[in-house]
Amino acid sequence: MNYARVVWAHLEKDLRLEWRSKDAINGMLFFSLLVVVLFSFAFDPTMAVSRQISGGILWVALLFASVTALNQTWTRELRHQVLDAQRMAPSPPSALFLSKVLANFLFVTVIQIVLGPLFVVFYNLRALGQGWLMALVLPLGTLALVVNGTFFAALSLRTRNREMLLPLILFPISIPALLAMVQATTAILTAESDPGLWIRMLGGYDVIFLTLCLLLFKTVLDAE
Amino acid sequence: MAMKKTLLIGLPLALTLLTMGFYQAMYVAPTEATMGNIQRIFYYHFPSAIMALLFPYVNFAASLVYLATRRSNPLRAQAADALALASAEMTLIFCSIGLATGMLWARPVWGIWWTWDERLTSFLMLWLIYVSYLLLRRFTAGGQTQTLAAVLSVFAAIDVPIVYMSIRWWRTQHPSPVIGGGPNSGLDPSMWPAVWWNLAGWFVWGVMLVTLRYKLERKRQMVEQESALQALEASLEPTR
Repeated sequence: MNYARVVWAHLEKDLRLEWRSKDAINGMLFFSLLVVVLFSFAFDPTMAVSRQISGGILWVALLFASVTALNQTWTRELRHQVLDAQRMAPSPPSALFLSKVLANFLFVTVIQIVLGPLFVVFYNLRALGQGWLMALVLPLGTLALVVNGTFFAALSLRTRNREMLLPLILFPISIPALLAMVQATTAILTAESDPGLWIRMLGGYDVIFLTLCLLLFKTVLDAE
Repeated sequence: MAMKKTLLIGLPLALTLLTMGFYQAMYVAPTEATMGNIQRIFYYHFPSAIMALLFPYVNFAASLVYLATRRSNPLRAQAADALALASAEMTLIFCSIGLATGMLWARPVWGIWWTWDERLTSFLMLWLIYVSYLLLRRFTAGGQTQTLAAVLSVFAAIDVPIVYMSIRWWRTQHPSPVIGGGPNSGLDPSMWPAVWWNLAGWFVWGVMLVTLRYKLERKRQMVEQESALQALEASLEPTR
């Protein structure tokens, strides 16, 4: 089996599991919807204010929501020692990691497709900048979240209270990515500055950390 | 025994240098023109900040050595891991002192405890990352701690420059906050002796603490190995 087929096999299994249970997507969707509603109550923003703050709220909601899904992504594999079997399998460990990243990426993208219109409705948003650039910012930002998130979920898998540890190590490392996502989104919504720099930075962040994760995943998977 | 030797050499040297540094900073260095005596906190703020930027490199290098040698040379890897732990803790201590003295200085001079300025923010991020590093070490158990911590250290080392650049871009996009009379506008030559004495003093102090912590961690590792060996030997005893 070549690399792409191994990735696809893992991915297909994860997608089928999710299709049947819908655990991750349902949890994330309701959670992020709650965050949107809560923030709306907390700030009660006017149209001009919401343009300034909704970029931040969108990404913080997605960050929190994706943590709930990321925590489940590897615990599934612990049942019946599936993860040990995968460690013994001759297929490259990075293929397993890549497929998990793709699966999580797809889940969070589904959330965004549902959440995006709701956001526009609840916060009365209308982009003053080039709205189509969001089609770049959203996937790049999501990738930045799920690459490191999937990696750190694997890293904290066999620790005590892992559900708590994941955000504690993921958030500090993700701060530059979060900054770039929020700045790019706000720049697009308000058209006060140029989002180009931040989009390029997100792209660079994705490339750097995806490479690093793929290189180091075997080390983490085989850690005692 | 070895720890005593470190203390016998390190403590008098560090205390001498720090006493000299204190004398220079409090009595010899001239009073700053606009800020007055409060500026003297700079002689403690600056060395702590420099040390907080120095020890992460030790941590990163030790983590790389650990990752490279953990299979081929486990003994060296154990030593590297002890050094990584010691330098991470030292980073956090100096980072905290730097942040605290900075706030104490900022309140009377800028009128605020904190501002989201580029250097303050990136320093806080460094502090956050090393807190998460030490938390990871605490939350993991057994043989995996060292590998996972070393991996996180590599992530931190790559993340910190990105943090720094991103915060620079972030801050240059907005009007920068008013920062009056930062030390960067040039230091009077008569102030330098106080800076150098304190830098040397805190450096020796930091190295001494790292050495002590390193030796302590080595002892803990030895005890752990010893008890593991004893348990193994006990299980091999023939049962009557």
